[in-house]
Amino acid sequence: MRIEIEDLHIGFPGHGSGTGGGLRPAVRGVSLSMGAEKLAIVGESGSGKSLTARAIIGLTPRGAVVRARKLLFDGIDIASATPRTLGAIRGKRAGLILQDPKFALNPVMTAGAQIAEPLRRHKGLSRRAAREAAIDLLAQVQIREPAAVAARYPHELSGGMGQRVMIAMMLAGDPELLIADEPTSALDATVQADILRLIEDLVARRGMGLILISHDLPLVAHFSDRVLVMYGGRIVEELAAAELVRSQHPYTRGLLACLPSLDHPRGRLPVLVRDPSWAEP
Amino acid sequence: MITVETLAVRFGGFSAVKGVSFTVGKGESFGIVGESGSGKSTVLRVLAGLIRDWQGRILLDGAELAPQRARPFFRRLQMVFQDPYGSLHPRQTIDRQLAEPLIVHDIGGLDARIPRALDEVALPPSLRFRYPHQLSGGQRQRVAIARALIAGPDALLLDEPTSALDVSVQAEILNLLADLQAARGLTYILVSHNLAVVAHLCPMIGVMQAGELVETLSVGDLRKRRMVHPHTASLRELAVELEPH
Repeated sequence: MRIEIEDLHIGFPGHGSGTGGGLRPAVRGVSLSMGAEKLAIVGESGSGKSLTARAIIGLTPRGAVVRARKLLFDGIDIASATPRTLGAIRGKRAGLILQDPKFALNPVMTAGAQIAEPLRRHKGLSRRAAREAAIDLLAQVQIREPAAVAARYPHELSGGMGQRVMIAMMLAGDPELLIADEPTSALDATVQADILRLIEDLVARRGMGLILISHDLPLVAHFSDRVLVMYGGRIVEELAAAELVRSQHPYTRGLLACLPSLDHPRGRLPVLVRDPSWAEP
Repeated sequence: MITVETLAVRFGGFSAVKGVSFTVGKGESFGIVGESGSGKSTVLRVLAGLIRDWQGRILLDGAELAPQRARPFFRRLQMVFQDPYGSLHPRQTIDRQLAEPLIVHDIGGLDARIPRALDEVALPPSLRFRYPHQLSGGQRQRVAIARALIAGPDALLLDEPTSALDVSVQAEILNLLADLQAARGLTYILVSHNLAVVAHLCPMIGVMQAGELVETLSVGDLRKRRMVHPHTASLRELAVELEPH
C-alpha cells in the first residue's frame, strides 16, 4: 500500500475572498507520499489536515472541488475512481476512525451487528460466521467480555468502549491504512492513552499504515514516526516525530510554546503572532 | 469569599457529588480537575444556581445561599461555558447579548458600557453589531467573557473555558483571564480536564473522582509530584508534554 499525493488542491465554491465566484481554498498544493508507517498531520482547526486525509479515500464533503496532479491510493487514481472502486477502498482497504464514537456508530444497531455488517458485505461471511468474527475482533481491541459487548447498543457503551468498537469495525475489512481523525479528543486522559496504545499495537501487528490527525503536538510526538505540520491549507514543515522539539518553522515552534506546562511554569503564555508569509508557497 | 461545605447532589438514584468541601478567598483562583463524570461541572452548576436540588451549605461572603437564588446573586457570580457558540444566542447581535445583563440588573449607560466591555476583552468595536457566526471561536469566547463581566461580578465560574479552542487561542484566553483577574480582583473557580490549564491559573487545585474531592493540593505540590491520592498521581503522569527547546 502506498499513498501518493502531488499538488493537491481542495476548494469550496462560494464566498471567496474577493475572487468573485471563485473557490474558497482549503487545501493548497499538498504533496505527500507514505507507505506502512505512522504519519501524523497536525495543525489547528481549518488548517486542511482532515480534508487532506479524507481526499485519500475520496471522502471530501459534498461540493468540495478536488484537483491534484496525483492522488493515488496504491496506484488507484482516486480522482477518477468509480463509486464502486471507492466503495471497495473505504471500509475495506482503508478504515476511518472519527473523534466521537457517539456520532459515528449507528444508534439502533448493536455493536456486534455493526461490526458484522462489513464482514458480510466485503467478505461474504454467513450471518453466524460474521457474528463470531465480530466477537473475535472485539477481543482483538482488548474488550474483556467481547460477547456481552457485542450485544450492547452504542448508548450502553462508555466513550472508550465505543471507540474500541469503532476500531474493531474498521479492522473488519483487514485494512492496509487506518486514518484516525482526532481519535481520542473526546476521551478522558486515562482512556486516551489506552486507545492510542491499542491503535499503535494493531498498526504494528498488522503492518498497516496510519495517518493520525491531531491538534495535539505532544501526543503526536509519542504516537507517530513522521509529522506534517499544516497551516492555511499547506504543509509548512515536515519532520521526524522525535525531532518535533527541534522544529524550525515559527508556526510549529509557536504552537509548542503557547501550551501551558506543568513542568515549566510561566507567568504569561507566549502568543502566536501569525506571519502572512506562512500562507505563501 | 466562596465556601462549599459537604455539598451533595443526586440525580435520581445516582450520586453525582458526594460531600465536597472547599473554600476560595476573594481574588483567588481555585481549580477543579477530574475526568468526565467525576462531578466537577455539577459542582460548578450548583454554585451558579443551575441545579437547585442539592444538600450541604454554600456560603458567599459568609451568607448562606438558598437553592433558589435571588436576582442580585447573579450580579455577583457569573458563569462562562466551554462552547461559546452554544452559549451565545445565534440570532442576536453581540450588542443585544451584552445589553441583556445590563437590562436585567437595571444598569444604565448601555452605549458607554458595551464598547468598554468589548475593549476590555480586546475585541474591536466593529464587532458590536455582528452575529456570533461571523466571529471566530476565540472571539466568541471573548464575547462570552465580556457578557459575564459586564454587570460587574465578583467571581467567575469557568467551565472548561478553553477546551473547544485551538491552543494558540487558548493561550490568548488564559492570558486575558489572568489580566482581568489582576485588574478587577476577580475570584475564579475553574473546572477543566486539562491539568496544565488549571495549574497555569490556579494556585490551589482540587481533584475529583466519582463525585468525591479526593485531594486538594497546591500547584507547587502538583508540579513536583508531591501528591497523596493515586488518582492525582495518574492524572499527573498522563499529562504528556514535550521537553522545551
